[in-house]
Amino acid sequence: MNYTAIEDIAKELYIFALKTIPPDVTAALERAAERETSESARNILKTILKNIEVAAAQPNLVCQDTGLPIYKVRIGTGCSVDGLALKQAIVRGCERATIEHPLRSSIVHPLNRKNNQTSSGEKMPAIDFDFHAADYIEITMIPKGSGSENMSFIKMCLPAEGIEGIKRFVVESVFNSGGNPCPPTIIGVGIGGTADLCLKLAKDAIARPLGTHNPDPEVAKLEDELLEMVNRLGIGPMGLGGATTCIGVNVEMAYTHMTLNPVAVNTQCWAARRAVARIWPNGEVKIGY
Amino acid sequence: MQELRAGDTVYISGPLFGIRDATQIRMFDKGIEPPADLRGHFCIHTAPNVKKLPNGRYEKISIGTTTSTRMERFSPLLISKYGVRGIIGKGGLLEGSTRAMAEHGACYLSIVGGTAALETLQIEEIEEVYWEDLMPECLWKFRVRELGPLLVSIDSHGRNLYLEVKASAKRRLDEMF
Repeated sequence: MNYTAIEDIAKELYIFALKTIPPDVTAALERAAERETSESARNILKTILKNIEVAAAQPNLVCQDTGLPIYKVRIGTGCSVDGLALKQAIVRGCERATIEHPLRSSIVHPLNRKNNQTSSGEKMPAIDFDFHAADYIEITMIPKGSGSENMSFIKMCLPAEGIEGIKRFVVESVFNSGGNPCPPTIIGVGIGGTADLCLKLAKDAIARPLGTHNPDPEVAKLEDELLEMVNRLGIGPMGLGGATTCIGVNVEMAYTHMTLNPVAVNTQCWAARRAVARIWPNGEVKIGY
Repeated sequence: MQELRAGDTVYISGPLFGIRDATQIRMFDKGIEPPADLRGHFCIHTAPNVKKLPNGRYEKISIGTTTSTRMERFSPLLISKYGVRGIIGKGGLLEGSTRAMAEHGACYLSIVGGTAALETLQIEEIEEVYWEDLMPECLWKFRVRELGPLLVSIDSHGRNLYLEVKASAKRRLDEMF
């Protein structure tokens, strides 16, 4: 395993994710612009699409918020790694992107608000490790916009509140967010698990490309129902009214305790930035979304 | 200012001050006067991506606008105490700011959130930076050309489009549950 290469990849992913938007997201925004009945809402969506074009052409950052750097690492079977070295390489890559490009460091100490100007600090970048059945290591980099991250919610509903309780909490969360998270948003919903797992599921949910459904048919049905309901609120692009408040609702689930019915909401802004690298043991690398 | 109505689209050119949370915490919570005279000017909610040049000036990399509602409690004071006539942001402001804008003749202009690539092109130059120790939440002075499109979403006549959309959304929420 070439850890210097991992460092370069971690750096490149951050910069790439900030300057281009995943094609599934752009396609959803284009469809929303076509469908929109309010002229001012359509103009907002057109400005968004123009901005994406201009950013890719220059190239420059789509949005100025360099966000919270999140790296999701999935280690494949047959991939031999020194986990700590891998983690440290990712941290250095994130710091180098910030120092060398340079990028605005948005990361501060939670109490004294000191900014190291490196996009790093205690437990940041946020790096999440897991394993998957593929034959490569996959690193997903999500520069998470904080306007949307501030619109995170969790409720320990009662089992007696049932699915209605889950739906109500999700729709209320979108209502309470208003225009703050830069709608049209992608809503990630976590259901089940422990409290912390529930929020993590919501974050995994926003990382999923648009147009995919949860493999569990009951959860997939919930995704479709929630999307229709949140758009009925009419909050619209930038919270200024319109038909498209959300371009997608993804739900991730985990089994939970008999007495729990946790539901978490993580909001992703329209820019929905993400970049993915796949690294094979022979050193081959593919970068995409 | 009187002529601007909620729903109008405008573009602005000229001087513009950039401020954010930390800048206003210093101004209002710590009670420290801003080093520049904001009277009669517009402010934009921002903390830009910049590169410091050898001559001490700053070059813009990416400048965009942040969520205004976090700074709701400062905005009425910005208007009444320091004479700011307009605030540019995204996400809107609330009742307190709406009242202050009606009382003092100011407005809120909505920029489309996240469109920093466009916004950066419309900012011609970073003329001054004050309070550099707050980087990037300094007090910035920009010169802008045709910054926009900007939607007048809170006017000086008491209208607030965000609150109107929220009220309508509340009715639909209540119908659902």
